[in-house]
Amino acid sequence: MSEKWLRITIVTAMIALVELLCQTGVIPRMVMIAPSQMVVELAHILVSGQFSADIATTFTNIAISTVLSILLGFVAGLIIYSLPSLRDALEPLLASYYAVPTFVFYPVFITLFGVGSASIIAIAVLLAVVSMVTATLNGLDRIPRVLRKTGQIYRMSRVKTALLIELPATLPYLFTGVKLSVAYAFIGVIASEFILSGAGIGYAIAYAYNLFENGHMYALILLVLVTVTIVNTFLNMIDRRLQARRQR
Amino acid sequence: MSAAAAGAKVVTLMPQPAPVEAHATLRGVTRVFQLPKSTLHALGPIDLDLAKGEFFSVVGPSGCGKSTLLDILAGLSPPQSGTAHFEGKPVAGVPDGVGVVFQEDASFPWLNVRDNVAFGLRRAGVDPAEITRRVDYAVGFMGLKDFATSFPAQLSGGMRQRVCIARTLVLQPRLILLDEPFGALDQQTRLLMGDELLRLWRETSATVLLITHALDEAAMLSDRVGVMSTRPGTFIDFVETGWERDRDSRVVSTPHFGDITARLWEKLRVEAMKIMSSGKV
Repeated sequence: MSEKWLRITIVTAMIALVELLCQTGVIPRMVMIAPSQMVVELAHILVSGQFSADIATTFTNIAISTVLSILLGFVAGLIIYSLPSLRDALEPLLASYYAVPTFVFYPVFITLFGVGSASIIAIAVLLAVVSMVTATLNGLDRIPRVLRKTGQIYRMSRVKTALLIELPATLPYLFTGVKLSVAYAFIGVIASEFILSGAGIGYAIAYAYNLFENGHMYALILLVLVTVTIVNTFLNMIDRRLQARRQR
Repeated sequence: MSAAAAGAKVVTLMPQPAPVEAHATLRGVTRVFQLPKSTLHALGPIDLDLAKGEFFSVVGPSGCGKSTLLDILAGLSPPQSGTAHFEGKPVAGVPDGVGVVFQEDASFPWLNVRDNVAFGLRRAGVDPAEITRRVDYAVGFMGLKDFATSFPAQLSGGMRQRVCIARTLVLQPRLILLDEPFGALDQQTRLLMGDELLRLWRETSATVLLITHALDEAAMLSDRVGVMSTRPGTFIDFVETGWERDRDSRVVSTPHFGDITARLWEKLRVEAMKIMSSGKV
């Protein structure tokens, strides 16, 4: 409990410090607006609906990217798991995958899908999918052999064993993949919007930056931070429940 | 004084006579594993008759094929040659009426104790009222009543193994196969779990086959103990313990218990030494 309070204190103190530095003019208004001002600006743009279309576009793209990454990653994980020689061949590639800056491929996606949501989703999926593949493989590896044997004892079919034993047994590991996929989808979508889009929160932030509209820019940055925090808190809550049951 | 002389009451049966009513039988069973560059003759040939309601234990040096023998009787892996029968029918797949408890914790971590115990009954499509009745009984019998809604992660190793035994018990098996079920538990817990097992055996009248590496466990629990040789494992001795059916862990303090254990060790020592000198341990 004391760790938690210490953490809250540190974050609060830093926000208070920034607030103080902004209010006293140590940090000029052209560089950064005060955190309290960011909240006011955020409330303002949410009420006015000025960026509602951009916000909707971004969150839709994140949702699509997340779902695609989870489904594709899970299915690819199952296939790779069932073909050991393919797995041996792919394993080093999967392990070093995140050493590649996926964003270097953005010209390729523009050529393939044009500027817009399709390219953005493609980059986000490319970024997120491998974390789900890895999580799926990890989960399948960790199903205790004795649980599969237990399925045999209950004379369960292959499908029933998969659904009622293997899936729940891998769920805590799969969820790690889900968490990472969500995080990568956020990063992939918002970062791509800076370079690949004429809409979305990332685009709106870049646009406001270019026009020195600090109020809008910081309000949108705050929106991203708040959303990510809420989503992660929710996912961590589920994760903690699943992990608590992962025993031994 | 030799161990055999000391254990005058211990009856050694070799060769083994066929029991009057064989509940499960193995005849000429062998198991050979194909390795990349060689073949491994793991087991047999094995002949075994389990009498109905008998508590039979198998002891043997590590790697002698004890678990393979259990897998064959459970229908989890077929023998290369020979036959396995349960209640007169050849074993093909897991037979109806056979329950298995493994050494590893096989409880499902995502289900609470009650749901773990009910799992097999639900798969078998048993009537819900009957499931409740049987689960209540098994949970109570194994002393899990206060933990019925706990998850395995909240329980000790011994309690989790109770869950696995309760899960087998609700299926009302006529043959219970136990593969070193207390192997991962400490000595005191093992003795107490042994008592539970004896209680369960008396209550259900099931035939029990227990695989163990612990001589004291085999000597305390069994009606009869089969001693296996090093790989390829075959039975080299059968020892009748002559215990009353109504026994418990307190038999360990009797001289007769010492006689049985000594008798088992006399045979097993030779086999264990073979492994030691072969450098496989």
